[in-house]
Amino acid sequence: MTAKASRSLEELFTAWGVTCHEFRQQSQVTIASGMFLSAMAQLRDEAGFDMLTDVTAADLLEYGGEDRYRVVYQLINTTSGKRLEVRVHVNDPEPRLPSMYPLWKSADWLEREVYDMFGVVFDGHPNPKRLLMPEEFQSFPLRKDYPVKGRGERHNFPVITRAES
Amino acid sequence: MPLNLLDADSDTEFAKREGLWTLNFGPQHPATHTTLRLVLELDGEMIIDATPDIGYLHSGFEKLGEVLDFNQYVTIVDRMNYISPLANEISWHHACEKLLGLELTPRCSYLRTILAELMRIHDHLLCVGACILDLGGVTSMFYCLNERERIFDICERASGQRFHTSFTRVGGLLYDVSDEWLAMVKDFIKTFPSTLKDLNRMVMKNRIFIERTQGVGVLTREEAISGGATGPVARASGVARDLRRDEPYLAYSDLDFDIVCATGGDCFARFQVRMLEIVESLKIIEQCLERVPKGPIFAEGSGKEALPDKREVYTSIEGLIHHFEAIMPNRQMQPPRESLYAYTESPNGELGFYIVSDGTLRAYRAHTRSPSLIHFALFPQLIRGCLLSDIVAVLGSLNIIAAELDR
Repeated sequence: MTAKASRSLEELFTAWGVTCHEFRQQSQVTIASGMFLSAMAQLRDEAGFDMLTDVTAADLLEYGGEDRYRVVYQLINTTSGKRLEVRVHVNDPEPRLPSMYPLWKSADWLEREVYDMFGVVFDGHPNPKRLLMPEEFQSFPLRKDYPVKGRGERHNFPVITRAES
Repeated sequence: MPLNLLDADSDTEFAKREGLWTLNFGPQHPATHTTLRLVLELDGEMIIDATPDIGYLHSGFEKLGEVLDFNQYVTIVDRMNYISPLANEISWHHACEKLLGLELTPRCSYLRTILAELMRIHDHLLCVGACILDLGGVTSMFYCLNERERIFDICERASGQRFHTSFTRVGGLLYDVSDEWLAMVKDFIKTFPSTLKDLNRMVMKNRIFIERTQGVGVLTREEAISGGATGPVARASGVARDLRRDEPYLAYSDLDFDIVCATGGDCFARFQVRMLEIVESLKIIEQCLERVPKGPIFAEGSGKEALPDKREVYTSIEGLIHHFEAIMPNRQMQPPRESLYAYTESPNGELGFYIVSDGTLRAYRAHTRSPSLIHFALFPQLIRGCLLSDIVAVLGSLNIIAAELDR
């Protein structure tokens, strides 16, 4: 892996035809979902980003713009200390992305959390289940069309009396 | 998840697992300390597999972060890692200030550095104390709790609250601290080392503790990097990363301190790193106390980001107008319509906040990258092949805080 850490980020970005956005000394790059898997593999193997520190998403329903979900990956090169934020957009009705688990093991729970909260499905994930919400939960709570107070899940809890239990 | 994992499996799987038994550990168990559940598959006392089941404390913090503004959300952030509440507050407001482009005043950054390091001592003491309690050593726990009590007093003197202080504000602190407060901290760092020495003798040289933790739950360097481990867990596996040195924030770039690393990667190494980090934290606080400058605690920006001093609000018309301009949603300043990921070195590891801003002082999305979540995901691979009684050692060494885990 380290032997191939040769190509600079600029070279990779030019090859992909993307531009890097800088905000407060942070590099943010948006990658099309079609080339996402190969791009991430190149980032790990050729640019030396060996740690995936965070995966999260945002529902852009009320934000404006064409895309519905933004999935954000935070990468670190532990040798040079360089960080990179990779964004990829997915849309309804079937928000899907390839899982990063084969590349970075930390993607396991982080992707499960994104699925749990936003309903983005990660293809190839070894254990694609909800992480925080109960298995039988129907909605995806961090989507913007899900109300803050919930949809009555809490109020409709079945009440079991002592006699019945 | 089915209560009994065997129920869900096919016949062939069942045949392979003959002789194994399933044990349900938690969600209410004294040794988990918080509410988390493990489904363990055991061969006698040997752990073949562990399946963590989390979410019992999920309370929708991130959804609340979309409703509350930057200053209000700090009360929620407090309750994530409640072992070191101020470290979360500092991290959250660090992210907000970075988004707004605010530069802290020297006094504020030094005070925050002192508070952050006190919280590191606070967190590490409980982590070590609670684990040795689980492993059978009751006395050391009280040494830890006693010293933590003094840090609570320090928090109370500064903010009026012992525990969930909600002390930081965007661009500053709720109140300035007095000279007596600084004397209190000075007194603490003067007397604490002797207790630390006793504690070190009692814990790190304790034969039972060493035998229960050495060689247990080994995390190699490669696994730590691939698994995203940060903080003491990563440093115990030989990953020499510390955000305080690598990407300095607050006053850390002016201070002289060492990064504690170990290469063992086992539970003992993780505790060793924590104990030595306490010494480094004391060094940092000592340097900070010598250098705390006088001056304002709120940053000077366009005048609308930071709240004015409370005394001014109550006694002068300018202060009141200033407060009004900073508070009213239609008059507040507007952050850029951008998003950013900001992070600090919390006692447990990299605590990061990802904020998507829609141009108001209320985050459109406020995501928390909690170290506990990443570290607990490593748990099954650490515990495989260990004995049932090693669970408490491994759980304790990772310092899993369920409120931060589930948010």
